[in-house]
Amino acid sequence: MMTATELMGAKAYDAQGHYVGKVREFFVEPAEQPNRVAHFLLARGSFQPLVARHDQVAAIETGKIELNVPERALHAYEPNEGWLAVTKDLLDQQIIDTSGRKVVRVNDVDLTEQRTNGNVELRIAQVDVGLPGAVRRLLQGVAPQGMIRGLQNRLPAKTIRWEFVNLVEPDPLRRLKLRITHEKLEDLHPADLADIVEELSPAERQGIIASLDEETAAAVLAELDARLTTQIVEKLDPEKAADILEEMAPDAAADLLADLPKETSDELLEEMPGQEAEEVRELLEWDPATAGGMMNTDFVFVGDKSARDEVLEWMKEQDLNLDQLDTIVLLDGSAQFSGTVPVARLLLAVADQQLSELKMEPLLSVQPDADEKDVFELFDKYNLRMLTVVDEDGRPLGVITVDDVVSKLLK
Amino acid sequence: MWSRESLEAMGERWTERVQKVRDAIRPFRRRIMLFLAVVGPGLIVSNVDNDAGGIYTYAQSGAKYGNAVLWSLIPMTIALYVSLEMCARMGAFTGKGLSDLVREEFGFRVTFFLMAAVLTVNLGNVMAEFTGVFWASEALGVSRYISVPIAAIVVWVLVVQGTAKVVERIFLAICVVYFAYVISAFLAKPEWLIALLHLLPPQLMRYVPTIKPYVDVPKFDASYAVILAGLVGTTIAPWQHFFLQAAVVEKRVSPRQYGATRNDVLVGSISCMVIVFFIIVCTASTLHVQGILDVDNAGTAAIALKPLAGKWASLLFAIGLLNASLFAASILPLSTSYVVCEALGFESGIDRKFGEAKIFYALYTALIFIGAFLVLVLGKFANTILLWSQVLNGFLLPAVLIFVLILVNRKDLMGDQVNPRGFNWVAWISTIAMILLTLVVAYTSIHDLFAHASN
Repeated sequence: MMTATELMGAKAYDAQGHYVGKVREFFVEPAEQPNRVAHFLLARGSFQPLVARHDQVAAIETGKIELNVPERALHAYEPNEGWLAVTKDLLDQQIIDTSGRKVVRVNDVDLTEQRTNGNVELRIAQVDVGLPGAVRRLLQGVAPQGMIRGLQNRLPAKTIRWEFVNLVEPDPLRRLKLRITHEKLEDLHPADLADIVEELSPAERQGIIASLDEETAAAVLAELDARLTTQIVEKLDPEKAADILEEMAPDAAADLLADLPKETSDELLEEMPGQEAEEVRELLEWDPATAGGMMNTDFVFVGDKSARDEVLEWMKEQDLNLDQLDTIVLLDGSAQFSGTVPVARLLLAVADQQLSELKMEPLLSVQPDADEKDVFELFDKYNLRMLTVVDEDGRPLGVITVDDVVSKLLK
Repeated sequence: MWSRESLEAMGERWTERVQKVRDAIRPFRRRIMLFLAVVGPGLIVSNVDNDAGGIYTYAQSGAKYGNAVLWSLIPMTIALYVSLEMCARMGAFTGKGLSDLVREEFGFRVTFFLMAAVLTVNLGNVMAEFTGVFWASEALGVSRYISVPIAAIVVWVLVVQGTAKVVERIFLAICVVYFAYVISAFLAKPEWLIALLHLLPPQLMRYVPTIKPYVDVPKFDASYAVILAGLVGTTIAPWQHFFLQAAVVEKRVSPRQYGATRNDVLVGSISCMVIVFFIIVCTASTLHVQGILDVDNAGTAAIALKPLAGKWASLLFAIGLLNASLFAASILPLSTSYVVCEALGFESGIDRKFGEAKIFYALYTALIFIGAFLVLVLGKFANTILLWSQVLNGFLLPAVLIFVLILVNRKDLMGDQVNPRGFNWVAWISTIAMILLTLVVAYTSIHDLFAHASN
């Protein structure tokens, strides 16, 4: 076990035992191997810095590296975007800990030695984000090794295994070259991911959102603070932004577009497929402080004469968002609003029961121009989870769910 | 008679008109909201600046040298604006705090020592705030052994309870008390023309024949240097730079909204200096003219408010001082532990539970209670604490400014937002001036120390 701080400044000797230079930086080449230290940058005074490849290293001990080739076999150093510089790109930088779901700063990097036929390779095992790493960074080269180790052992360790480390690189080209993907982030809950993204700088934030798949990006944007969301969407490539908007619920998309400058929101609506864009456009017409501005046009409706089993069968065939569905809207013969049925009532009803017999009392609905305060009062008074918005002819336009109310109240 | 149709038509036209007005107002309303969302940090940062240490230093310099220190205000305003603007700009364009940037670009060790210095100097500042509480309570006839511990506990609880934001606004509102100095300055009827003349360097003005007889030229000796260093230290404090940049980042000021933030910083810097001008003129025309050259307790400092408040002067002074001290004492320890923890990678923030952010809470608690404790123990040397906490700020400031200047000129961080050349000149000149001032103070104080020792 060795750390990046200990490796820095180690003296390198070639096969003949001649001094070549000190380790000033070392690199991982993720395109080849995700965790192997692939290159060592050796510098000596004003000479041109040289690079030793991993298979040119015969032995590594504290403060000393022995090469298995003569000095002239080493190449001159040339910067390479595909190399991850451990001290420059990793030490002191923020990374995402995908297992602990948070943003942390790297204090040190722990390396393990691995012997392969005739040479020694270093591999990154974990990053140190706790006190031991901090102590080493502070005291390395000032206090004796033994003392530092002794001190470190007494402190609580806080490390993150390398496979859970997600680097944050704002430059998309560099990200590609370093093989940084955000697949692991896509497995996190959108709300957790949103918390992480909020802690990063704007450029880093942009980089992460741009590289997530559209569905995850949409879910994360819906969780973010409105000011952040607009900042991010404005800077995204319009095509990508439109794809993300398409994945969002129409009311969330409309809220987002309402905060953007007119030209940008028009441009994005142009990019979106016709029907979705139409829905969002209609929602945008409403003042955000009214029922129309809060409603979602995506809702489940069935005829009030249909039987319980018919409806269940029909629901199975549809691609519904089951996590969010808890109330169904009923329409009468003339397509007018006739009531709502909670899914739980549907579950417990007998097979051929008509839906109109299951509906909630009293029959509640609002017009789209109703003030948001009236909406809040209705939710509070009747303990609603969902409220239907109808037009002048009593035809349902959309629904307001309790989470719309909660997020509105929190603003 | 109105027909039903005409009524309906009228109703429709009316709704249309209302809608039109609404549509016209909407973008405007959004713009105002945006402005309010962005503005604030600059004003707060300069207002907190007029804290106990500040008021003491201004009063002391006005009493001791009268108008002869006023010339330093204009260069100080420029230096304050220039240095704060750089931090605000870095916050808006990198989206990272100052301590984060130092850590990422200069590594752990440099950051550690910088943070250790910030912690020490800010402990000094916290002590100055509690000295303010001590003085205020003394003026109100309450023992410091009661007032200081209560103040410490109140501040600690307020912030941990998360009510800090509300309290901050109240404090900011009571800051109006500073205007007492403005009014008092007018009532003291100073020679305004002469005071204004002193805004120009007296060292140059004395060569203008008609003005010469009115100009008060100070002798540039050790105590004058200490006063100048104290003035600079209290108006341009290192913690402000960390606080401002962090606040700009937290408010998520985007590059497009940066113009509003810059104006906020400009207004903040100028308003801070206007208040300083009046405090100094006020003390100069009340204390200095009476031959009271040393402000060594609240009673003396309150005399400056006599023209306004008469026998209520000391009450007014005490309220102002108490407010300023509590305001700063509730912001300083919090922002200090925040900055230090962020830089060294410890969990931080009052939204975290105690167990999650132990070091953060430990630092925060230690700053408040050690500060309060030391003030109680060293109560006798209150004015020394006040002045020296400001001088210590002056010591740390050049170091912080050098970091700021290096970072703000980095193309890879700031792109085309690096400093313009003229800006760099002003910034470097003020930094070097502060270093020189610091060296003079360090030299004279060591000299004094040995002089005392040999006596």
